[in-house]
Amino acid sequence: MVHWSAEEKQLINSIWGKVNVEECGAEALARLLIVYPWTQRFFSNFGNLSSPTAIIGNPKVRAHGKKVLTSFGEAVKNLDNIKGTYSKLSELHCEKLHVDPENFRLLGDILVIVLASHFGRDFTPACQFAWQKLVGVVAHALARRYH
Amino acid sequence: MVLSGADKNNVKGVFAKIGGQAEEYGAETLERMFAAYPQTKTYFPHFDLGKGSAQVKGHGKKVAAALVEAANHIDDIAGALSKLSDLHAQKLRVDPVNFKLLGQCFLVVVASHNPALLTPEVHASLDKFLCAVGTVLTAKYR
Repeated sequence: MVHWSAEEKQLINSIWGKVNVEECGAEALARLLIVYPWTQRFFSNFGNLSSPTAIIGNPKVRAHGKKVLTSFGEAVKNLDNIKGTYSKLSELHCEKLHVDPENFRLLGDILVIVLASHFGRDFTPACQFAWQKLVGVVAHALARRYH
Repeated sequence: MVLSGADKNNVKGVFAKIGGQAEEYGAETLERMFAAYPQTKTYFPHFDLGKGSAQVKGHGKKVAAALVEAANHIDDIAGALSKLSDLHAQKLRVDPVNFKLLGQCFLVVVASHNPALLTPEVHASLDKFLCAVGTVLTAKYR
């Protein structure tokens, strides 16, 4: 089980409380597809991903980004049992979606950058530590049931 | 990984915008790296890594200067950083995985200070550039 200090929990929750899940989710997924274009391989049915503008404006990207970040919220709500929270999703990503877990790490790093851009100075080094830790734990949990 | 003409312009644009603040960005990048990835501190047992450390500021200045140099010679990063590459291979031997961590923190600094500057396209170009710098610095490791 991952240990979270009271300070880490506070830093995570105080940021999460101010996050617009739809906007941040859409932005994080769009940036993933733009910055690491090979990740587009999972989204061949999303329509037009031919340019950054197309990706940012793509309604399927927005919707899926919102879905992904909403799910991330489950981790924030269940910091003491992230493994359990993502057990089924881990199986899904392995057995049905066939997603290389490295992609979870890439998305996590992008999310941290998106949060930094939204929160500026409030995204302190201590905050970044807590969030890098969280995205790492989420990535690990999502990879855990792979076989 | 090849830097396109657009990538090069984006990167040059970032450093032009950052201008004289590069040193400050360098220091904050290190501060964030030590905070977010404590294992990176193992390379600096001889430093005071406390908040506001003059040594961290000084080192951040050096790191920033190297990035600026690479951006100014973006058509030949390997040439521009050749001596630094030798230094990292022969003396410093920082594990290659750490350059990605430094890169992540530099992006976070740019994002937090200048969100409008870090559009998705610029983000992509800067990420590629930082990867290229890391590749050059570790190129002579073995």
